[in-house]
Amino acid sequence: MSLAIIYKQDVPAFVRNVLRFYRVGGPVETNGHFAFNTIRDPGELRLDYPTTILPPKKFLLPARETLFEFDNAQEFQIKSPRPEPRTVVFGVHTCDLHAIQLLDHVFGTGHTDQNYNNRRRQTLIVSIECLSPCDENSFCKSMGTLTADEGYDLHLTDIGDAYAIDVGTDAGHNLLEYASVRTATPTDMQRLNAVLSEKWPRFPYRLDFDVSDLPSLLNMSMQSPLWNELGERCLACASCTNVCPTCFCFDVNDEIGFDMKHGQRTRVWDSCQLDAFATVAGGHNFRKSRALRQRHRFMRKGKYILETHHLLGCVGCGRCARACLVDITPVKVFNELFHQKEVGGQP
Amino acid sequence: MISSMENTMALNAESENHFFMPTVAKITNIEQLTALEKLFTLQLPKGVSLDHRPGQFVEVSLLGTGEAPISISSSPSRSNGNFELCVRKVGDVTQAIHKLRTGDKLGVRGPFGHGFPYEKFRGKDILFAPGGLGLAPLRSLINQVLDERALYDRVIILYGARNPSELLFKDELEKWSRREDIELMVTVDRGDDTWKGHTGVITTLFRDVSVNPRNTIAITCGPPVMYKFVLMELQGKGILEGNIYLSLERKMKCGIGKCGHCQINNVYACQSGPVFSYRDIKGLEEAL
Repeated sequence: MSLAIIYKQDVPAFVRNVLRFYRVGGPVETNGHFAFNTIRDPGELRLDYPTTILPPKKFLLPARETLFEFDNAQEFQIKSPRPEPRTVVFGVHTCDLHAIQLLDHVFGTGHTDQNYNNRRRQTLIVSIECLSPCDENSFCKSMGTLTADEGYDLHLTDIGDAYAIDVGTDAGHNLLEYASVRTATPTDMQRLNAVLSEKWPRFPYRLDFDVSDLPSLLNMSMQSPLWNELGERCLACASCTNVCPTCFCFDVNDEIGFDMKHGQRTRVWDSCQLDAFATVAGGHNFRKSRALRQRHRFMRKGKYILETHHLLGCVGCGRCARACLVDITPVKVFNELFHQKEVGGQP
Repeated sequence: MISSMENTMALNAESENHFFMPTVAKITNIEQLTALEKLFTLQLPKGVSLDHRPGQFVEVSLLGTGEAPISISSSPSRSNGNFELCVRKVGDVTQAIHKLRTGDKLGVRGPFGHGFPYEKFRGKDILFAPGGLGLAPLRSLINQVLDERALYDRVIILYGARNPSELLFKDELEKWSRREDIELMVTVDRGDDTWKGHTGVITTLFRDVSVNPRNTIAITCGPPVMYKFVLMELQGKGILEGNIYLSLERKMKCGIGKCGHCQINNVYACQSGPVFSYRDIKGLEEAL
């Protein structure tokens, strides 16, 4: 679609106008870090953030959500779910855009998940192009997520004193009615092209092989001794899955008041790294060891999810690497598996 | 390859707007089978049929307690607007279900997963090998087969339980034992003073059975430790991998291939299973 230009000084007014009609989310600074949060004042929005601990996933798949409420548990008096607020999420990086596209596929195909889809339909995404690496843990270039050509309603690129805005959808086009924008000139296009071509060499390739080989590499690595090494180090704390933008596994729990009548059924994030994840009521655990659980995690990220949803389950954001207390990182794991193969070692 | 055919969900047609919303069933009968297991007969509202296949499961729930996956114990041939669940008292949800009385309400979602492709079994010898609570899901198929008995050749049932007091469906076992068109053998790991039958684990029954390997469908379900040994017996008799069916237990939470708990490598047991042919899962390291 068309390319628009918004001067940076006009962004707060744009956000302020959007705030009148939408819940607004975006990166804000908290205690020296950045986090996606609900924004009440345009001044809180920090589009220049490097990365966040938690991804913007929480606007679409909250850590805890009410599936439905009930008034009389015994009689199954269930209330209709409350409508979701219309939301605009600003400042989504392209790694997270790719992750949201995966979530859309997971919950929007097969047996569709109405809770997710109702929320997704009410959510607009204003993403932003990264022009330099957030830190040494990200490996977006290797994963092919350094940019994105879809998945956003509006996409911003910093061209100096202004942002170039690519309009991705009609809804995005309509959102621009709240902004003071002008049509891009040939000079703007030149600046945009320069910015984009300069950004590319700033990002390193961190995988030692092409990502298209990742599924077959993992396929050959089921019996790798590396999984046992990881299992011995892993604390099973589930930090990796908690901060992951593509992890979507969940548990469903009930809560009930002291009157034993009113309560709710909730969905909460769950983690395949926890001992109880694959344990059935009788006590049998179908994935007993941390080694097998780490293997499952990496197989999902680089192979299983691709086989089911045709998109990789890792977008290279590096959040799990930052969160891990014992330095288990996808880059090291994937490269290690690759070099084990390369030297003809134990498969 | 495991078929990715969508499972049917009769109950969800009416609550399409909200997947997690249960349909409310009424308990019309409760039978105490053993100290730990009760058989619940459930009726859906407005005479709706569950419309299940033998081998499928449902998610049952009590509001405020939670949901649990339970296999359907009754056969579609005897549905009559009702279905039966054999529930072992083992977790929070099932303990709460055991306290319910006739007339109480129970939330139901499903049916989920694939059942047994029993139409393909017609004309063949059928060997059932349930262990312990594994009889609960297999009973749905056994009764389906018995209700169209003429369409099958031999029906062999080899059932093992830990001790006589844990034998499920004793009345039906008694009836089956009197029928000439069923070859039933029952064993217990440890007998007691009253036990006059066979003693030993389920695999010890296989010695006394001869089968036509090319014409036999074998179906097994039991505790995880059992499969390896039963498979050895079945394959030892020359039964083909594609003709051995297993119903696998996993922690199915959502039933629609999203929540991740039931995954066997890349396969969601709630969608592609819980019934698998051995040929389909032998390459999956986490299956058995």
